[in-house]
Amino acid sequence: MSAPDTREPLVRARNVHKAFESLEVLKGIDLDVMPGEVVVILGPSGSGKSTFLRCINHLEAIGRGSIMVGGEQIGYRMKDGRLVRLSANAIARQRRRIGMVFQQFNLYPHMTVLQNIIEAPVGVHGESRASAVENAKRLLARVGLSEKIDSYPRQLSGGQQQRVAIARALAIRPDLMLFDEPTSALDPELVGEVLNTMRDLARQGLTMIVVTHEIGFAREAADRVVFMDDGVIVEQGTPDAVLGNPQHPRTKAFLARFL
Amino acid sequence: MSTQQAIDASPSGDASVRDVVNAHTPFRYDRLILWVALGALLANFGWIVANNENFEWPVVGRYFFDPTVMQGLYVSLGLTVVAMVLGIALGLVLAVARMSTDRLASTLSAWFIWFFRGTPLLVQLIFWYNLSTLFPVLSISIPFGPTLASWDTNSVITPMTAAIAGLALNEAAYMAEIIRGGLLSVDRGQSETAEAFGMTRARALWRVIIPQAMRSIVPPTGNQLISMIKATSLVSVIAMADLLYSVQSIYNRTFEIIPMLMVAVIWYLLITSILNVGQGYIERYYSRGDRRTGKDGPAEKPTNTTMAEEATH
Ligand SMILES: Nc1ncnc2c1ncn2[C@@H]1O[C@H](COP(=O)(O)OP(=O)(O)O)[C@@H](O)[C@H]1O
Ligand SMILES: [Mg+2]
Repeated sequence: MSAPDTREPLVRARNVHKAFESLEVLKGIDLDVMPGEVVVILGPSGSGKSTFLRCINHLEAIGRGSIMVGGEQIGYRMKDGRLVRLSANAIARQRRRIGMVFQQFNLYPHMTVLQNIIEAPVGVHGESRASAVENAKRLLARVGLSEKIDSYPRQLSGGQQQRVAIARALAIRPDLMLFDEPTSALDPELVGEVLNTMRDLARQGLTMIVVTHEIGFAREAADRVVFMDDGVIVEQGTPDAVLGNPQHPRTKAFLARFL
Repeated sequence: MSTQQAIDASPSGDASVRDVVNAHTPFRYDRLILWVALGALLANFGWIVANNENFEWPVVGRYFFDPTVMQGLYVSLGLTVVAMVLGIALGLVLAVARMSTDRLASTLSAWFIWFFRGTPLLVQLIFWYNLSTLFPVLSISIPFGPTLASWDTNSVITPMTAAIAGLALNEAAYMAEIIRGGLLSVDRGQSETAEAFGMTRARALWRVIIPQAMRSIVPPTGNQLISMIKATSLVSVIAMADLLYSVQSIYNRTFEIIPMLMVAVIWYLLITSILNVGQGYIERYYSRGDRRTGKDGPAEKPTNTTMAEEATH
């Protein structure tokens, strides 16, 4: 990479471990993500990619290690030199600037597109309805779905739903966006429209952590590619380095499947 | 072979015949015969009932809007509404408590549901009514410590409060299970999404989970409401003058038992019919996100068999 970066990382994960019962899923993950950086996480299914993303916004509690986002430790705080667990409402507050886009879109089916987008800004962030609506219209224009503003999610195609889900996540003005396989549930011809939207966001300097199997997207849009397998980071570096000249045999084996 | 040819036949010849806009549905004579037979049977039955002197229809007409009957109807409806509202509110609290990760809350809720579903409503009503013989004084105090306030039980537990307490607490136990089933029917991803967006649990429930759970909560709640209207007739044993009690008070005087019971039956049927229509509207409202066109689609038929437990009262 280029000259040493002196800024603080936006995300700092240290020695993150996570187990479900006796199944160890994350076995010591260290990862720093700089502001404005786009990190793509690759790896075989079951390697713990989704679990790691979900730990970053504390949808899963980690078993060991620490995760800092924007200088705050997620799920905990220091008090009199001791680490104490945060209450559910305090954790909810920490999540307010972290946007998330899910594989299954997870739009609220009983709300229109507009209601989906303004729900968190109005209900969680206390933005006025008028300004939230205005922002929603701007975001819908940006993802190219202005005319769908009053539709219900089930009236949209998968690609359209995912673009609405992206607009919904952007509406909270996130400092960090997490994408968990955003195109994996889409028909092949709909993948492009969603990746285009994400490429735009990457260009505009949004900090993004993207779990995907779209090698092409990783090559073009990522600042860094991280390859995970079996709960550890096996290899990371620039797209050219990791995708063009992988060092580790497991990375080579994984990438060979996409050639 | 020949059918294959027919399907593949030249487009020019068959195309317009094959066009489904020209299709017509064959007339079903068997259905027609059934309809006619059933209609005749019902008409005949209606004729017999209407002309049966023993039903004394003129008496039914005379007492249908009798002030005593009206007063009883008013009590039945009032009790139903109050007990149902309290039952749903408490049922929601119980359902959320039962599903919470807090062991204390879920255990307490489970015990409540176990007790109030496990004992007959009639017995519960009589217990509430006779609370004063068990506990002559009701008081608020620190356990094993000093008393903060106390009341004479008889002044608190009137027939009205006994009826409301009995019906509402029993209803809450059933509603808790209905609401819990509804909440569980909503996709896990929904509460997770709400959480990821920084909503508190209360807000996620209110804005995201409950509106989606309503689709499976409304039909069995309709059942409960109708059961409740009829269950209010049980309060006549604790001297509450509900609809059934008021017609009984009239026929105890006039001995016109059957016509007076017919008055009650017709009122009960009228109310339940109105409720059925209302339920249809509510169901359509909560399935709005389901319509692909956004226009009014065919409303889903309410299923009256959704409830696992029937005849709850
Ligand atoms: N809630 C859970 N309970 C138990 N096991 C889980 C749970 N979530 C994920 N796992 C397991 O953790 C492993 C990693 O899953 P995941 O993070 O989804 O992998 P990936 O996203 O890389 O495909 C898998 O073996 C999966 O079965
Ligand atoms: Mg995954």
